[in-house]
Amino acid sequence: MSVKREDFKLLSESRFEPRKIERGYAMRTMHVDVGSGKATEKPVSEDMKKRFTGGKGFGLKLLWDAVKPTTKWNDPENEIVIGMGPICGNTNYPGSGKSLVVSISPLTGIPIDSNVGGYFGPYLKFGGWDALELQGKAAKDVVLFFDSNEGTVQLFEAPAALGVDTHVLAEQLTVAFAANEAERQNVSVVSAGSAAEHSFIGLLNFSLWDKRRGGVRVKQAGRGGIGTVLRDKRIKALVVRYKGVVQDSNKAADPALVQRTGLKLHREIIKNDDKQCKMRRQGTAHLMEVMNDYDLLPTNNHKYGRHEKGNELASWVWEKYFTQGLPDGCWFGCTMACAHAVDGFELKTGPYKGHKVCVDGPEYETAAGCGSNLGVFDPEGVLEINFYCDTYGVDTISFGTITSFLMECQELGVLNRERTDGIDLSWGNWKGACEVLHSMSRGERFGTLAGKGVKFLAGYFSKEYGADPQLMKDIALHGKGLEQSEYISKESLAQQGGYYMTNKGPQHDEAWLIFMDMVNNRIPTFENKAEALHYFPMFRTWFGLQGLCKLPWNDVEPADNAKHPEPNKVPEHVQNYCDMYTAITGEKLDPPGLIRQSERVYNFQRAFNVRMGKGRREDDWPPYRAMGPVLEDEYLAREERYDKQMKEKIGVDPAGKSVAERMRITREYRTKQYESLLDAVFKRRGWTMDGCPRPEHLKDIGMDLPEVLEVVNARIAGRA
Amino acid sequence: MIKYLKTDDSKCVGCMTCTSVCSRLYFKEDNPARSAIQVLDRGNNEFHLIACDQECRKCVAECPVQAIRVSAAGVVMIDKKLCVGCLACVAVCPIGAMRYYPGDSTTFKCVACGACAKECPKQALEIVRKEEGAAS
Repeated sequence: MSVKREDFKLLSESRFEPRKIERGYAMRTMHVDVGSGKATEKPVSEDMKKRFTGGKGFGLKLLWDAVKPTTKWNDPENEIVIGMGPICGNTNYPGSGKSLVVSISPLTGIPIDSNVGGYFGPYLKFGGWDALELQGKAAKDVVLFFDSNEGTVQLFEAPAALGVDTHVLAEQLTVAFAANEAERQNVSVVSAGSAAEHSFIGLLNFSLWDKRRGGVRVKQAGRGGIGTVLRDKRIKALVVRYKGVVQDSNKAADPALVQRTGLKLHREIIKNDDKQCKMRRQGTAHLMEVMNDYDLLPTNNHKYGRHEKGNELASWVWEKYFTQGLPDGCWFGCTMACAHAVDGFELKTGPYKGHKVCVDGPEYETAAGCGSNLGVFDPEGVLEINFYCDTYGVDTISFGTITSFLMECQELGVLNRERTDGIDLSWGNWKGACEVLHSMSRGERFGTLAGKGVKFLAGYFSKEYGADPQLMKDIALHGKGLEQSEYISKESLAQQGGYYMTNKGPQHDEAWLIFMDMVNNRIPTFENKAEALHYFPMFRTWFGLQGLCKLPWNDVEPADNAKHPEPNKVPEHVQNYCDMYTAITGEKLDPPGLIRQSERVYNFQRAFNVRMGKGRREDDWPPYRAMGPVLEDEYLAREERYDKQMKEKIGVDPAGKSVAERMRITREYRTKQYESLLDAVFKRRGWTMDGCPRPEHLKDIGMDLPEVLEVVNARIAGRA
Repeated sequence: MIKYLKTDDSKCVGCMTCTSVCSRLYFKEDNPARSAIQVLDRGNNEFHLIACDQECRKCVAECPVQAIRVSAAGVVMIDKKLCVGCLACVAVCPIGAMRYYPGDSTTFKCVACGACAKECPKQALEIVRKEEGAAS
């Protein structure tokens, strides 16, 4: 059903002078009170720029100022902040269209940050804004429209005919708010969906109009339930319009250097991608068979790392499904073009059964989390789950990890048809997984329960169904309340740290050290691991400060990268980033300076966790499934490896010992190893042994703000 | 049909008349870096001429905003109003015929106008037409 512009009843309007970006910054942010629709501007000071850089840094700073230590995710003062960053929106360097979204998460109660493509961030930025804060709640469903050319912000009542699920609503809004058909590419929509309203795993879809397909595509700010917050605020969608993106929309200090650096990477991608990761043809799904081969592909709730049917979800399978030959970037000028889609996919279940749709993805995390991890090896089953997660507005990673937990609970006898409201959650039954989604979309009992996440479910099943609490804790894969993403971490101590010693919860965007640790054995000691768990999270944080995507950093490499002493850092690309920052902002930056920018924001985020009553050592502890074998058949699946480790590393002869005894010894050893790693990492990061940033360290890095010192001093003194 | 600038390296003497004509016509200055036709000096009085063959169209497929299209005359043209200056077209061009000038916001290429061919003293350049898919 189409919706016309005149169907939108205007509730309020604010006007601003559109401002040109200078050297990557607008030097102002926008605050919108969703209840009244009133928009106000806040200046960005030089001090804020220096300490927080931009993007996620600005987002966290604004969120800190907006909330109290007691603020819950659904309190009106909680915000959704979208930050762009100085490099965001340039068209020359691949992967430069990202926005960073932060909010207090319904899953964790602490700040979540999620990185997303699509056109919304750059279009908002070019209206003259470095970040957008959404605070308060509307009384009824609303749409916020930002016209970046006119400088207007309008709050509309959502018309009754406006859909809620993204594939319907984003298209309706794009058509309604574009000046004409040719200008649909100038509109971008942020929305969630019906399941976001009934779960804690709601996401934000950021749209882009795909000219060649003649339809809307979406990229996701997936993690941590920000879509849940959006719907709780009764925001149905944000819409932005901007016409006029040009090569130098950021008014770079040195536009020719921006071009030169970007063109160098474009050429590297065109030349090397086919021989390296094949992102242009397969996207991140290229990892599937690699993970399966290395026994790292999550299978049956991360119990196993390999499956005989693994190759039924291999990259070459997806390559055939993906429409080939289209420039599938999620922002202009991204020649890595990994945002692939399956066109004309006919849905087999749910309210849109029989519809032919465009499925965005699957990316690796979805193929693994909603495929192998559920024992699903039918690619069309994965596509069906992928589509419904997106349009209903829920995170495929959390959904995959929740559903695998539910399936294991059925296998263990904790769940039965009565408890699942009749849904069969046998391994491999993708239709059962879809039923959970449809139930969540309709707000029914079981779907709503599932949508609360595995941390809640583990407690609920112990309490209500008499399940063994320790077993539930062991197999509920979450950290801080956030479901773990889709790599098997149990055989790599460094990756356990990479997942669980994170600020927001176990997400691979901070550190992906499995290969360095396990396959290449480059970080053998605790100190080596701690150094990697300092450097890589800091380095990767930097993308989020700038509005950059991480993928072009190491999913393509210079042909001679292996010759460098530290090939894992991809030194030439690190230099590219320093050059890009300097070219746009005019400020000099070298690799240590880059890390310092990140350290400031990273430590601020950790202090933010402390302020919210978390950020303790115990909060960085993984469930045992992420560290080692929980069940006997799990041990036996890798018996040779575990027995060998016992003999060589623990110094105990496994001969003659029962499986239970060997499991106990392995667990004790691995637990101690993790404790030692925590000590080493906290020390390297400048934190106390309880995981709190030390005041001296905050001073060293230039983050000794009075409000931050107050928080950490109170924690260290035992007052909070 | 495809209209394109046919080049004959064997006739070129490297006089650079073509680059002067092209850059003066489109950029109002005599500057080989702003000429769509390029003359590469290979030494020993050998020269290589580079201009778009109007046929491979990799740039057309790569452009994220569909600013590069094939005209009715079969010429690959850039719509500068749509171009976002990303340079993806420069990177995918297999022969280096898609060009940009540092600091300029859009790219440029040979549009088979024939101005250079008219002035070439050695008849090394010629505007010709070919069938779609025919070998160039």
